[in-house]
Amino acid sequence: MSAREEVLGRIRTALGGDRPRVAVPPLPAPRSLGRDELLDLLAERVEDYRATVLRCAPDEIPATVVRGLDSALGTGWDPAGVVVAPGVPAAWRPSGAPEDDGRPAVGLAAFAATLTGVATAIAETGTLVLDGSPLSGRRALSLLPDVLVCVVEAAQVVPDVPDALARLDPLAPLTMVSGPSATSDIELQRVEGVHGPRTLVVVLAG
Amino acid sequence: MTTTPPDARTDPTPLAPGAPRSGTTFLGLPTAPRGVGHLRGEQPFPDAARTALRDGQLRANLGRATTTIRGKRAAVVSEVPHWEQLRQAGKALKAATMARLDEHLEELERQVTARGGTVHWARDAAEANRIVTELVRASGTDEVVKVKSMATQEIGLNEALERAGISAVETDLAELIVQLGEDAPSHILVPAIHKNRSEIREIFRRTIPGVDPGLTDDPRQLAMAARAHLRERFLRARVAVSGANFAVAETGTLAVVESEGNGRMCLTLPRTLITVMGIEKVVPRWADLGVFLQLLPRSSTGERMNPYTSLWAGLTPGDGPQEFHLVLLDNGRTAVLADEVGREALHCIRCSACLNVCPVYERTGGHAYGSVYPGPIGAVLSPQLTGVEDNASLPYASSLCGACYDVCPVAIDIPSILVHLRAEHVEAQQRPTAEAVAFRGLSRVMSNPRLWRLAQRAAGLGRFLARGRPTLPAALPPPASAWTRTRDLPTPPRKTFVEQWTEEHRS
Ligand code: SF4
Repeated sequence: MSAREEVLGRIRTALGGDRPRVAVPPLPAPRSLGRDELLDLLAERVEDYRATVLRCAPDEIPATVVRGLDSALGTGWDPAGVVVAPGVPAAWRPSGAPEDDGRPAVGLAAFAATLTGVATAIAETGTLVLDGSPLSGRRALSLLPDVLVCVVEAAQVVPDVPDALARLDPLAPLTMVSGPSATSDIELQRVEGVHGPRTLVVVLAG
Repeated sequence: MTTTPPDARTDPTPLAPGAPRSGTTFLGLPTAPRGVGHLRGEQPFPDAARTALRDGQLRANLGRATTTIRGKRAAVVSEVPHWEQLRQAGKALKAATMARLDEHLEELERQVTARGGTVHWARDAAEANRIVTELVRASGTDEVVKVKSMATQEIGLNEALERAGISAVETDLAELIVQLGEDAPSHILVPAIHKNRSEIREIFRRTIPGVDPGLTDDPRQLAMAARAHLRERFLRARVAVSGANFAVAETGTLAVVESEGNGRMCLTLPRTLITVMGIEKVVPRWADLGVFLQLLPRSSTGERMNPYTSLWAGLTPGDGPQEFHLVLLDNGRTAVLADEVGREALHCIRCSACLNVCPVYERTGGHAYGSVYPGPIGAVLSPQLTGVEDNASLPYASSLCGACYDVCPVAIDIPSILVHLRAEHVEAQQRPTAEAVAFRGLSRVMSNPRLWRLAQRAAGLGRFLARGRPTLPAALPPPASAWTRTRDLPTPPRKTFVEQWTEEHRS
């Protein structure tokens, strides 16, 4: 008998003939928040992770991205060191910043910073979700450079985790990002920045 | 937070439900085999606990860490008004999954296969190790990077790979500390919780080639040393091995929840990804993650959300690994499933909240449990995976205070399972042992909350049991007796207790 048959057979023996349908109680509804409250909550929760949140009007995104890079890299940064996800609108890109050219993933480690959009953002938990689309970029893009700048537009913000899952494609390679990379492994003291980006800047527009 | 109604924990039928688990099987279902993996300790719990209790540094490290994490958890749980509703949803979802586990696994296999992954089934630890070793060999490499995973620790994968000439590099900071220190993990979430910062600095100074000799014990500096040590390994790795927190049957989506980004490195950069997952980790629907991804981070690290959660379904051209293997592991889980009371232990999402609140864990640390699953969940899971005769003292490694139940995000009734397993252990003895006789008496005490409180207050009596005078009312669970032996307690109120106890039982 194959291992597959055997393990499935064991499960059937363990369960016996009786297969009750177990009722699952309905999920609680998320708090209902107006648009402004939702954005305020997201900003507050992201900042709690010691990420930087820069809020702006939609037409101020390009200038705010530059401001974010200034704060993370120091003024006088080299645009050639900032790699951009291929679906990021031209207007948001700092001039001279190259687009991800699909090079082998490890080659992305040479860049100082990455600029992407997001698929959705969760206010309650301060989470950004990247989905591997051209706007979010491939997974290695938001992982290897030490600074990550993400632009979030107001319409992308949802109240809580279930709302985000309902919007996302379960077949896409998804990364939920809540603050910079961190560890609490030494005496449970949180330290930001281990293997992922040590600096996270969120440009929140709207 | 909630509490169990007292009658749910102290139901007076500790010897009744379920048939005894005889030998190594239950309903003919094999438990995890001996001689491979890390589910059994070298010493029974009371002996190991006694050693641990003499280690003042260990107790101080643990006390500090568990106090911190308890506070963080309480704060983020209390801000969710519908926490109890979420918890009950989590519990029901797990029960519903277990009730049709075979169907969900078959669906998972179909979906993963449809998206370019390959599914392997492993009856036990030895088979899983063999499968992974062969896959790594076929890839032509002799080094793999690993994301922290309980399942691969359980089966002793690193040792198996090493025997095959393959080195497995742990990339989680705490796992790295444990690996470099040639130590064993002592906590589900923070495996190096028993080490403080200066002990960690010493390990790094001793073992990391080229590390800055001026390295301080600042956690930030220590984390940066680990980053530098591992970065090059991530970039050159061709194969990664991971566990999984969840696998969604209807979509074939796997989920790994982590903090440092080492998980993302492993799940994204190497060409080949091998994920080893216990069969109980499957969830039926995509939407179910909406419950568990709220419950898990708040309960484990005490954060609203952990820094990174990676989700993937099979392969994505141009993004991440181009070969994906999923190994579905039994290793005694089906034997646990066969026990209608004990089955609930399979609902565990490995948050570690129950460890952090457990008075026994806080004093003994994780090593005393002898298994990769320590603390309250370990006390109910390990003996079931191995067969209770191989971990006979673990079900006694609890004071039945119920704190573990109160914090468990999927409301596993650990105290009731403990009582159930104690009964099973006693029942399984061929001849009545002193322990068994004592337990039969004790079970009556435990069935009466008032008597039980009395017995706990009189814990000093365990001292006499230790001195080889096992008179009946002194039969307290081994951990209690172990503490009392190493604590400077006033003379135990022996006579008073015996008198009261006898009185109660005459009436
Ligand atoms: S038993 Fe519950 S509290 Fe303990 S680790 Fe598992 S899920 Fe967490």
